Amino acid sequence: MKPTKTLLTAAALATAAGSLSAEEMTIVSWGGAYSNSQLKAYHEPYSEKTGVTILNDDSSAEAVAKLRAMNEAGNITWDVVDVVAADAIRLCDEGLAMEIDPDTMLAAAPDGTSAADDFGDLLVSDCFIPQIVYSTTFGYRTDMVGDTPPTDICAVFDLETYPGKRSLEKRPINNMEWALLCDGVAKDDVYSVLETPEGQDQALAKLGTIKDSVVWWSAGADTPQLLADGEVVMGSTYNGRLFSVIEEQKQPVAMLWDAQVFDLDGWIIPAGLSEERQKRALDYIMFATDTQRLADQAKYISYGPARASSAPLVGQHADLGIEMSPHMPTDPENAKNTFLYNYEFWADYRDDIDAKFQAWLAQ
Amino acid sequence: MAALTPISRKPMSVVLPTVALAGAFAGMFVGAGNGSIPLGILGGAVLMTGLAWVFINVLKNEQMARWITILAFGIAGILLSGPMGGVLGLLGGWFFAWFIYWLYEGRYRQKLLPYLTAKQVFYHYLFRVICGAIFVFLITPILVVLPLSFNAQDFFTFTPEMLRLDPEGYSLKHYRDFFTNNEWQRSFKNSLIIAPIATVISVSLGTLAAIGLSQSHVPGRRAIMGILISPMIVPLIISATGMFFFYSDIGRFLEGTLGMNKNFVGYLKVILAHAVLGIPFVIITVTATLVGFDRSLTRAAANMGAGPVRTFFSIQMPLILPGVISGGLFAFITSFDEVVVVLFVGSASQKTLPWQMFTGLREQISPTILAVATILVVLSIGLLATVELLRRRSERLRGLSPA
Amino acid sequence: MTDASQNAGPMLAADGTPLKQSLARSLRRQKLRALLLVAPLLLFVMFSFIVPIASMLFRSVENGIVENTLPLTVQALSKWDEQSGELPEEDVYDAFVRDMVVAIDNKQHTRLGSRLNYEETGMSSMFRRSGRQLNKLDPETDGPFKDQLIEIHDGWGDPKTWAVIKTHSPAVTNGYFLNAVDMRRTPEGAQSQPEDKQILIKLFGRTLFMSLVITASCILLAYPVSYLLATLPMRVSNLLMILVLLPFWTSLLVRTSAWKVMLQQQGVINDTLVWLGLVADDARLIIINNQIGTIIAMTHILLPFMILPMYSVMQTIPPSYTRAAKSMGATNWTTFWRIYFPQSIPGIGAGSILVFILAIGYYITPEIVGGTKGVFISNRIAYHISSSLNWGLAAALGTILLAVVLLLYWVYDKIVGIDNVKLG
Repeated sequence: MKPTKTLLTAAALATAAGSLSAEEMTIVSWGGAYSNSQLKAYHEPYSEKTGVTILNDDSSAEAVAKLRAMNEAGNITWDVVDVVAADAIRLCDEGLAMEIDPDTMLAAAPDGTSAADDFGDLLVSDCFIPQIVYSTTFGYRTDMVGDTPPTDICAVFDLETYPGKRSLEKRPINNMEWALLCDGVAKDDVYSVLETPEGQDQALAKLGTIKDSVVWWSAGADTPQLLADGEVVMGSTYNGRLFSVIEEQKQPVAMLWDAQVFDLDGWIIPAGLSEERQKRALDYIMFATDTQRLADQAKYISYGPARASSAPLVGQHADLGIEMSPHMPTDPENAKNTFLYNYEFWADYRDDIDAKFQAWLAQ
Repeated sequence: MAALTPISRKPMSVVLPTVALAGAFAGMFVGAGNGSIPLGILGGAVLMTGLAWVFINVLKNEQMARWITILAFGIAGILLSGPMGGVLGLLGGWFFAWFIYWLYEGRYRQKLLPYLTAKQVFYHYLFRVICGAIFVFLITPILVVLPLSFNAQDFFTFTPEMLRLDPEGYSLKHYRDFFTNNEWQRSFKNSLIIAPIATVISVSLGTLAAIGLSQSHVPGRRAIMGILISPMIVPLIISATGMFFFYSDIGRFLEGTLGMNKNFVGYLKVILAHAVLGIPFVIITVTATLVGFDRSLTRAAANMGAGPVRTFFSIQMPLILPGVISGGLFAFITSFDEVVVVLFVGSASQKTLPWQMFTGLREQISPTILAVATILVVLSIGLLATVELLRRRSERLRGLSPA
Repeated sequence: MTDASQNAGPMLAADGTPLKQSLARSLRRQKLRALLLVAPLLLFVMFSFIVPIASMLFRSVENGIVENTLPLTVQALSKWDEQSGELPEEDVYDAFVRDMVVAIDNKQHTRLGSRLNYEETGMSSMFRRSGRQLNKLDPETDGPFKDQLIEIHDGWGDPKTWAVIKTHSPAVTNGYFLNAVDMRRTPEGAQSQPEDKQILIKLFGRTLFMSLVITASCILLAYPVSYLLATLPMRVSNLLMILVLLPFWTSLLVRTSAWKVMLQQQGVINDTLVWLGLVADDARLIIINNQIGTIIAMTHILLPFMILPMYSVMQTIPPSYTRAAKSMGATNWTTFWRIYFPQSIPGIGAGSILVFILAIGYYITPEIVGGTKGVFISNRIAYHISSSLNWGLAAALGTILLAVVLLLYWVYDKIVGIDNVKLG
């Protein structure tokens, strides 16, 4: 009868799984083209080298909530997690991520520079191993802006010259800074203004001028889709997404690099892993963040490697065969006017401003 | 209702104005699309009246009239607005040719009761048209998904090439992706493992409980029913977090204390969580069938010496089977289409199809999920059609006249 | 009958026991058997669903974090009068530094900051900022701390900060529930939130209103279709049924994204309307990212849940009744309204309760097509669970939502009876 069948299936599952689980690790990342670049650049060579099976879990978007829940439940199923730097800081602050010693746990550069020097300022948290430099920036429809393509970030707030919807991320980070920049605040003063409740209100008021024309996005795939549909005239997203829209999908879209916000993405290892799993996770990290691997990833996606020593090794796109350097956010041509994301500020004020922003959004 | 009503041809004074009205209505859209609404209305009305008059009085050959209209309209459509217009033209031509003769020959009364008044006939067809519109509403999203799954681009957008019916705009790459991509294949397999087992658990336990509940004198019946139905009532996101903590504990116990395999425990957690979610549907459907169940049948069986088990399998089960099956289908779909709970309870090795679709939607725009949906739609059409054919066959075999 | 039994004394069953007793025994056995049949499932659901949900909902009142992280401070604060408007004495500051040094070591102070930030915006940054300086202090030697702390962050010189800590120190709190209804816990008792934070009641209202609209439009659309299906010959109706079941069997995510493709401003509906010339190109309808989008998409998604129960009820209405009414001279309308409609009410009821309950807890569809104006309370719950990590508030909102649904369920059970719900 049915129960017997259930048991049989279950037993079959158990034995089939049994042969695998010995050397298996779960790596959490963002999914899509990004996970794919990691698969090609890190996972496949690592599996080949060690025989470890790598399971991909595309849950980075909920990483903080889930790690906290796992920690509370005392059952951590992830081995290595890819998160943005701000999340890493938060996880580190709450003791949910393991602290990393760059000198012993990370590979030195080929010329002998220590990992700590090679990564330099990008080691923004004790638990964070940077992987890529990406930027959040705007893309616009070339066929919807007339003869005057936007060159200035404040085009986003200019409904008269550029009518139509724009898409912004459904969170305060970046949006608040851009709003203040376009409300006459000098670049260096942005964070000190944003520290005060009046400054926060000022930023929200500026955002309020375009609130009715904004489509809020929460998933990385939203803005590219909206741009491809012509649903928005411009929208913020990660530069790699825009690269794929423009170069791979050949959509009539162009980049507005002005006031792009540099950010970092990288690995953390959850705190509280068993010794054996922690060893394997560290071994993977050592492998996946060495100079060559980081440069390899840039063949598949237009994010800059986080090591200084990887930059000269960045070559051509694996499929398209185009030179990748001009598409990197760090390229001098693109980085004429960049905005530096202040990690400490957002680690401290994220809760405060997020609460305000969400309430403002729901009004 | 099957009685044939004798039909007769209708006078021109009825046919022509009606056709003109329909023509004007269609003409309005064509006119609007091409610049002038009044001209469209007028043109439509005149054109249709003329056609009807010619067909009825001059041509007198329905077959030929039909082909002429279809072709003429199709060509006109292409001239006016390209291939899509052509397709619409063909459809419109077919419709009007049919409509003219349907009216003129009085076929619209053929299947109706003979004593209906003209107004009743009108309402009858108005009702049908409304129902048709609702069916269109029901099915349109699927009609949108089907062509988009052949999109040559990686977006959920009808490209200009697709609208021109240009083969360039179409491709099978998303289907290839589904069949060659490991992630999709793995999640598909996981769904095929998890959903059936979860269904079996909820159906077997649920049916038993429903039978128990249907007996008279069950103490605390309402409360029990409320508890059993609760998984349907509690908002999913709350259930998901609640179950996450519970199953983490269970998982730790099974893995740590009993030393069970990690993957096996992982599947077990998702299966049990999904089984709970499916239970209310089984309970509701089976209880509903049992309400109409004639209790004297089981007594008769018991009277003739059958034990409770035998009575159940040979008397009760066959009679409540339809309810059990439909409850099972609901439970299956619940698990097969569930994304919130599995995101919390499952880990990467139990990634199910909806989970993969969810990340596909969030992180990467890939019409692969549309290709998957299309495959599933085709499968379910096949399944439903087979069930229907089997039903008809068994009806025929049992000598029942089709109702 | 009664006469006979009275005359013959106690009636005996076949085995000689009094009939009453024998009947009672058999009744007991019957009850037991019924319970045994129900027991496995009941235990399963209780154990794996009710208990986890209950413990999740318990988070809505649980608030041990303040006391656990700052035990000495909470104790010291109990002597301080928060109404006085004056800063606490040095002993509180001393206790606070001792607590914080331990908490920073265990990395707990940021969580406490986040927790208090739910109540008073600004607390999180204060705890994080101060945390970096505080761990350099040694509680034994560096005192007194009052001025040092105020030096580190002037928030510690504001009596309000200490009042917030004191107000939220009990291990069991009604704070989350107050937050859930746009109130907050203050030293002066429950007060309403500042104007710009009052969103939840509005959201509850919107959820109820939109669920009602969705249910109503489902009734409107499902009634004619179910009627048609129930009156057509089986052959045809089974084929048409496929049209109802197909969308039902298509993944929810796919249907929702299909609606996105259809409803957006450059979407199928708008494109068609523009192509037909019914809508000007620059005046495309805005039917997504607002309430209309959510209502249309959810009506579609929940429609089968209305059609199926309606259909199964209508199938059982004998056509002879309506014919009889008509033969006695009733008009079409009278026949429908007086004869057919009342008999179809159980179907409407069953479908409505199902649709309403499902709608009120919906989350994915509003998230995708609802924008900011068309989202439900569940989206807020999801936000607090996965983004703001305010699980206490999420649990409180969930409890309220659950209470509303249970109330509905109870009313429904009283009026229609849950047995009458049929799903095809």
